[in-house]
Amino acid sequence: MSLSEQTIARPLRIFGLPPIIALCLFWLFAVIFVAIFADLLAPSHYTTQDLTARFRPPAFMTGGRFDHLLGTDHLGRDILSRIIYALRTSILIATFGTLLGAVVGTTIGLLAGRFRGIFDVFAMMLTDMQTALPSLFIAIALLAFFGNNIPLFIVLVSLEGWERYARLARGLSLSEQSADYIRAVEAFGAGTGRVVFRHLLPNIAASLVVQATLNFPATILLETSLSFLGLGVQPPGTSLGLMLGEGRRYLLNAWWIAVLPGIVIFLTTLAMSLFGDWLRDHLDPTVDKDH
Amino acid sequence: MSAPLLVAQNIARSYEMNRGLWQKASTVQAVSDVTLSVDRNETLGIVGESGSGKSTTGRVLLGLEPPTAGTVSFDGRRLPFIGSAEWKTQRTRMQMIYQDPLGALDRRLTVSVQMREPLDIHRIGTPAEREARVSELLRAVGLSAEVGRRYPHELSGGQRQRVVLARALSTRPDLLVCDEPVSALDVSIQAQVVNLLSDLQAELGLAMVFISHDLRVVRQISHRIAVMYLGRIVEEGDADDLFARPVHPYTRALVSAAPIPGRKINGRIMLRGEPPNPAKRPSGCAFHPRCTDAIARCSVEMPSLVDLGGGRKAACHLAGAASQAMPPIARAAENSAPAPGLCEGIA
Repeated sequence: MSLSEQTIARPLRIFGLPPIIALCLFWLFAVIFVAIFADLLAPSHYTTQDLTARFRPPAFMTGGRFDHLLGTDHLGRDILSRIIYALRTSILIATFGTLLGAVVGTTIGLLAGRFRGIFDVFAMMLTDMQTALPSLFIAIALLAFFGNNIPLFIVLVSLEGWERYARLARGLSLSEQSADYIRAVEAFGAGTGRVVFRHLLPNIAASLVVQATLNFPATILLETSLSFLGLGVQPPGTSLGLMLGEGRRYLLNAWWIAVLPGIVIFLTTLAMSLFGDWLRDHLDPTVDKDH
Repeated sequence: MSAPLLVAQNIARSYEMNRGLWQKASTVQAVSDVTLSVDRNETLGIVGESGSGKSTTGRVLLGLEPPTAGTVSFDGRRLPFIGSAEWKTQRTRMQMIYQDPLGALDRRLTVSVQMREPLDIHRIGTPAEREARVSELLRAVGLSAEVGRRYPHELSGGQRQRVVLARALSTRPDLLVCDEPVSALDVSIQAQVVNLLSDLQAELGLAMVFISHDLRVVRQISHRIAVMYLGRIVEEGDADDLFARPVHPYTRALVSAAPIPGRKINGRIMLRGEPPNPAKRPSGCAFHPRCTDAIARCSVEMPSLVDLGGGRKAACHLAGAASQAMPPIARAAENSAPAPGLCEGIA
């Protein structure tokens, strides 16, 4: 082994990924897997009550039993089963909410930046309106008016942050369009479709992906807030937010009811952020991928 | 005699400049009353300081911006409306080379993908033919076919500019507008790229417009040179002749400012005053506040571009035979007093 090989050690890789990113991906895949196969994985149904086994602590604590690995809540429902089902609801709502917001916001921003004029003015007016009105407030008003169902809930959750994608996409597309590589392609006679989808969008995608990963936790939090207020997912349905809300009252004597779903939220959003950060660097060919 | 390939007649280009919410938008005249022509096998150099409107002229000549006045004709026909189908088709015949080759290339696509793009856009040839054309072009600009698989940031500055050049040549254009093509390159690479440009031009019979502030480079490649100052052509003529006996005081100053190894610095004409600002155009001859030879007439009346014979044109009140005979120092002494506040304030 030569000297240079000794001093310049190759960084550790798991499937070609840095260990921490591999871990994040593992967690995210696990979350998705659990969300999809919730029916098969949950030890019991999330509504099954056992009033004789209320406030049972997790198995690793004194007084805990292995039939309720993560303990039970105030109605004797199995926390593990509830978390598994709650993951399904929360991930579904947050993922589709984030995606919907990202797609709609990016489209509006790109159109505004590309075509300018009256469309730009109108789009920016809309984003200003969205910024001025808290999305929680709009969501409460609309939920009270239209009643609660999952598709509507996803649309409302997507309100959280769509205007940030619009602003970002507009600003980035404006600055990129004045760059020579876009001008050059236009000087070759390229149409709008080619300019936008082949050059503009890939070049601004990294920032939008990072925005999406930053927004994902906010979407989960909006879902949490609404469920906590009783306007989101309705009992007997469950979501991580609803579990947090329900567990809040028992935080002092049965912390696991709120803290365990909280940890799941924390790990999921952290994994998403780290993965997004890595993805941004990876999407950029000018960044050395070994570092 | 057939008409030149590209003819610009009295073109002008102005921009609206917003100055805050309550102020009226002002108009900046970037280019005014420019008449130019370029033929096949010919290189026209456009020289001038930054802000002289040379890049805008280049974009108008290429049809990338509409002139606010005047006309540009290419191959005997007026340039079509920007964005029209005819305009798009015409893009294959006229191309542009940019100053910063890294900025002119998409950093997310490999070199060969980008070089194929003009062919993809205009559906020229089968995919296999396009690939073949890309490697042929890479060879023509002195790069190996392997370069095609790389990304722009993996190439050197000179290689990038060769790629940009090869891409511009992919559709076999008749006209090439080079906007400061070597300014961003190392001096050692500049010569290579300039030589490559002249070789390719001679080989392909291109008409070329070469825009630069670097007189040495322009002189090396151009057949004719137009000197621009604040959006107007102040002098135009045969390249070597223009350098040998510049008529306009501005050209004289530029020529004398070009560094020549071995020549002493103290013989140069030093330009006083601010560099040109198109938003604040002086009255009369735009150059008069900085001119060593300015007379009273210069601050009042704008000189028109006059044909001096021998292909030379100049826009200067003093550009007669008499003024040419006089050395600049002698005439500086007999300077009549310029309008107050126009010249003195700057010195």
